[in-house]
Amino acid sequence: MTTAVTREVFGQTLLELGSQDPKIVVLGGDLNKSTFAYRFGQQFPDRFFDLGPAEQNMMSMAAGFASCGKTVFVSTFAVFGTGRPFDQIRVGIAQPRANVKIVCTHAGIVTGEDGISAQGIEDLALMGALPGLTVIVPADGPETDQAARVAAREPGPFYIRLSRPATPIVHQPGFTFRLGKAETLREGNDVAIIACGIMVPAALQAAERLAPQGIQCRVINMATLQPLDEQGIAQAAAETGAIVTAEEHYRHGGLGSLVAQTIGRTLPVPMESVALDRYAESGKPELLLAKYGLTAADVEKAAVRAIGRKRR
Amino acid sequence: MVASTSRMAVSTSDVIILSATLPSPGILFSPNGLAPLTPREHQDLKRIARAVRRDLLLCITEAGSGHPGGSLSEVETLVSLYFRVLRHNPRHPQWPDRDRFILSKGHACPGLYAVLAHRGYFPLQDLLTFRKIDSHLQGHTRVGTPGVEMSAGSLGHGLSFATGVALAGRVDRRGYRTYALLGDGECDEGQVWEAAMSAAHYKVDTLTAIVDRNRIQNDRFTSEVMELEPFAAKWKAFGWRVLTVNGHSFPQLLNAFARAQATQGRPTVIIANTIKGKGVSFMENNPDFHGKAPTKAQLEQALRELGVAAEEGYQPLTWERMP
Repeated sequence: MTTAVTREVFGQTLLELGSQDPKIVVLGGDLNKSTFAYRFGQQFPDRFFDLGPAEQNMMSMAAGFASCGKTVFVSTFAVFGTGRPFDQIRVGIAQPRANVKIVCTHAGIVTGEDGISAQGIEDLALMGALPGLTVIVPADGPETDQAARVAAREPGPFYIRLSRPATPIVHQPGFTFRLGKAETLREGNDVAIIACGIMVPAALQAAERLAPQGIQCRVINMATLQPLDEQGIAQAAAETGAIVTAEEHYRHGGLGSLVAQTIGRTLPVPMESVALDRYAESGKPELLLAKYGLTAADVEKAAVRAIGRKRR
Repeated sequence: MVASTSRMAVSTSDVIILSATLPSPGILFSPNGLAPLTPREHQDLKRIARAVRRDLLLCITEAGSGHPGGSLSEVETLVSLYFRVLRHNPRHPQWPDRDRFILSKGHACPGLYAVLAHRGYFPLQDLLTFRKIDSHLQGHTRVGTPGVEMSAGSLGHGLSFATGVALAGRVDRRGYRTYALLGDGECDEGQVWEAAMSAAHYKVDTLTAIVDRNRIQNDRFTSEVMELEPFAAKWKAFGWRVLTVNGHSFPQLLNAFARAQATQGRPTVIIANTIKGKGVSFMENNPDFHGKAPTKAQLEQALRELGVAAEEGYQPLTWERMP
């Protein structure tokens, strides 16, 4: 499988967007080499502001720029771009629907060796708790590129979640990202695996492994968590009768929670969730994923459990 | 009993002066604040300030809640800005070249609402809908009210927001100036100092902050809750030009705004020493009136002290009773 570093893709896309649209300004917080926002800064120094590790100030400044007609991209790590300035995002960006695009890298436990202070596993719960804020978790490089372009084009606040390491590419060239729509990557009617971010390739792998046993998994990439494609979820529940969610995020408040409340309201079916149930630790990303239950094998087991709970 | 329109003892001269200063349709305001005040102009500003105090108190009393203390202390600052300093056009609140005023101490919005209404951003009658359902006048400022630049209510955001606004003006090569009004208690928020650092770092000389130094915050006196002194020295150390004035003196405020405009290479902060609850004896320097509405009897006394009292006891507020 070919891979891409989503944050690097973002840096390149931002550069291209910047040359097309003079309304774009970029704010960063002393992590611009890591988020690749520095490339925009090199090209457009007049529209780039490094504000140091002072994220509260950065978010409110972004709201100020947006009030003057700017399309503002703010980029830092997931832990510093959501939890630290939550109040500034809530009052200054979400409530007035400011045209601010918060693009956070280094989300999830694959941030790795820096340990749990740097591993954002609550960001989706925080951003998803803000009405009207669009939340996107791209599955790979190509989807990151398109999500950033959609964010630049569509008015209003966005949160886009990216990772530190290189991750597998799951999309074919020429695919089109559809905001707010579930994307079926593999057909199957025994169980639907609804995944986001780096768990999408794991879900595809799990489906691959179960096929020889005669289990046909549908694999759905749910890149947009807000607004949520409730109809797509209900349809998957109706057609497969069992759901598995997979996310690299705390179990509460992420994709699993959203899917559960949707099927609970529409069509209750057995559901299993693959997610984190505690804080992790320092370590290599692949070892952390194995220890904390976020591998293809974990998704596979969850699928079998969900199917086993179907009414006979 | 039917209240006669003249019962609210606002003198006719108030009304005349106010109409004289209200906008004619389509007129763009140009700053004249840099010229010294004539005695007549000074009197006009004082009369406007009195009317604003009256209306913000009516507004809070009618709502039954709100923040009178910090609204009363900021009146001269707001009147100076909106009637002398800002280039703005109430007919076109989104005019891209307008000077921006950002109220960071969002709880003190009754003062701003009253000034905006007197400037013609929305009808005076709207003030009676403050904090009520379906009103555009929210309990803390929210984007959507004509003339309101920023949603506020959580302290510490406004100086950062204003820095972003000022830098957007630099990116766009527009000549507008940006003003942010902060509370002194608000300066307990660490974000204020993040913003202070960044505005100085980027040499944002089109930015002027005003701190309403009324020495009282929500619970108690600022010196009891969290000592701010040496306050001017803090701002100076952060790279700002510091001007300290009597925040109830129009000549001093206008002089400070003129000096701020002439300052290059760094932002300016005006520390406006004020009296919380200014103009109403039982509210002055009284922490109890930070966030409490007066009773109707207290309102009556307040209006009497301001020289705009009803001739008789308190009557239910109606706009026929307001000038």
